[in-house]
Amino acid sequence: MSEKLTEEMLAALPDTRGHFGAFGGRFVSETLMDSLMTLEKEYLRLKKDPEFQATFDKDLADYVGRPSPLYFAERLTRETGGAQIWLKREDLNHTGAHKINNTIGQALLASFLGKKRIIAETGAGQHGVATATVCARLGLECHVFMGAEDVQRQSLNVYRMKLLGAQVHPVESGSRTLKDAMNDAMRDWVTYVEETFYIIGTVAGPHPYPLLVRDFQSVIGRETRRQSLEKTGKLPDALVACVGGGSNAIGMFYPFLTDESVQLYGVEAGGLGIETGQHAAPLCAGRPGVLHGNRTYLMEDENGQISSTHSVSAGLDYPGVGPEHSWLKDIGRANYVSVTDDEALKAFRMLTLVEGIMPALETAHAVAYAVKLAATMDKDQMVVINISGRGDKDIHTVAQLDGIEI
Amino acid sequence: MSRIEGVLQTLKGQGRKALIPFITAGDPHPDETVGLMHTMVDAGVDIIELGVPFSDPMADGPVIQLACERALKHGTSLRRVLAMVSKFRETNNTTPVVLMGYLNPIEAMGYETFADAAVAAGVDGVLTVDLPPEEADEVAPLFSEKGLDPIFLLAPTTTDERIRAIADHSSGYVYYVSFNGVTGAAKINVDEVAAKVAHIHELTALPVGVGFGIRDAETAAAVGRVSDGVIVGSVLVDTIAKNQADIEELKRALTDLLNPMREALDSLAS
Repeated sequence: MSEKLTEEMLAALPDTRGHFGAFGGRFVSETLMDSLMTLEKEYLRLKKDPEFQATFDKDLADYVGRPSPLYFAERLTRETGGAQIWLKREDLNHTGAHKINNTIGQALLASFLGKKRIIAETGAGQHGVATATVCARLGLECHVFMGAEDVQRQSLNVYRMKLLGAQVHPVESGSRTLKDAMNDAMRDWVTYVEETFYIIGTVAGPHPYPLLVRDFQSVIGRETRRQSLEKTGKLPDALVACVGGGSNAIGMFYPFLTDESVQLYGVEAGGLGIETGQHAAPLCAGRPGVLHGNRTYLMEDENGQISSTHSVSAGLDYPGVGPEHSWLKDIGRANYVSVTDDEALKAFRMLTLVEGIMPALETAHAVAYAVKLAATMDKDQMVVINISGRGDKDIHTVAQLDGIEI
Repeated sequence: MSRIEGVLQTLKGQGRKALIPFITAGDPHPDETVGLMHTMVDAGVDIIELGVPFSDPMADGPVIQLACERALKHGTSLRRVLAMVSKFRETNNTTPVVLMGYLNPIEAMGYETFADAAVAAGVDGVLTVDLPPEEADEVAPLFSEKGLDPIFLLAPTTTDERIRAIADHSSGYVYYVSFNGVTGAAKINVDEVAAKVAHIHELTALPVGVGFGIRDAETAAAVGRVSDGVIVGSVLVDTIAKNQADIEELKRALTDLLNPMREALDSLAS
């Protein structure tokens, strides 16, 4: 890294137009601009409003169940034979993933703005479930857009959303996965912009979404920092998180950005292998472009058409990534790596067998890389993995790969 | 004076309204686009908006989404679209051509490379749906300097402050999106459009073209009465989809759609 990050530098990002260096911004059709500017203005006001923050904190404590534990994975550490491996247990949150931190925050914003109709996109269904959950609690109308292929591979979450009173709209266009769900959510938004609040599930999209989602998810890193100091008297040496859009990773990384000693690893979906082209790893193998309202690393062809992606995990199956990650990559503050479907599946089984914790397939990517990393580190060092979600939703996928019908 | 300004000024002098069709380049096949452009000119259109297909057309409804898929399936790239315009210019040096699409294909080519190639091909204006003026600080002046009119969208949700700022970045015309929604929806409310366009005219001297929701001679005339031009897209693209197997039939169908619109608009001339 060329330059040490300071709190002042971070406070100035994103800039007033939503840029993180060369990335981010607001690339949407004119119809949405007024709504985004209002959202930005209101959010920046509410960010400093003690009542808003107190309500958010209370909901995180009493409804989500925070703080989530920082757990020492003793047996996994022994089996790995390197650095101590600790798990930040976001899988223990209400609804089983980190996604709820953000949906609580955005639903609160929606109610402060007086919007009664909520829309969301979802890949694995975790963000859809987390959105449907907060809508049920607040009595808001909820529409979730989900790629038709994901509707099939995540049927459990689809039914869960329906039980929570949401309408699930299968998206048949394009590759029928997360990016197409986001396209259709944006088409709905532009149609019903006056009455609708769009709860984006990750740190991508037009400004101010990357900012506000990062702020809402940063509770993960703040807790980890405090818990690490309490339990071990020091900061971790490395943080590892999976990156699709990158919300759990940015939530974990952000409070550590000025701590130079803490290495940051974002793990992308390597699919069948980067060399095959069948993956979802824009930071590892893409280039900057503009999609879904922001400039960021993308998977695209030489003509600027977005490439189709592949990952065993629906939640990582996305050709873009949050713009702040693109910035962290370019300044060299965070390292972005990838693991394949097979490695992730092996890690899924290992964590389940060795610690009795079944991670989401998305999360299993972080586990797979962290174990490799820990093995190269000293025994007195400490790695924290963000266990961003639990794996119940993936049991069908894993069983199917084993040739088992359930 | 740009070719777009020239055409719009002449029409204004005649008390006539511009008829501006939109089709997706490369749909149903890249070899047919130039022929379809000439057919539309013969049917009396004034300016052609040529859609550059994109894999993720977020502002478009199903009709134009499918057109993008058909065009991309046959390998339509931005470079190939520029080649179509060059070909069109071999026999037509008067009808302005505006490229309309999304930013990423242009960004992938590189802004300066694109601008030079577009001018060389005979493109007159560029409308990038997902590029608001806030992000166009470098692009819009570059396009202007090279001789391309940067054309921006205005929407029902656009505030007065933004209308002024957008007009400052624009030349040629501004494109007023008649309702909140995607292309091809049927939501147009002519009274609301009339009020908003009259208001836009108070804030800028640029001609105002109105698009989204214009499907026939009747809606064209209603919108033409209150604006400087009408932009017709999805109904043409849908006609292309339905007649893609027979190009001669397709050309007849396009002519049959455009002729009554032309007549209806000209009947407004005072």
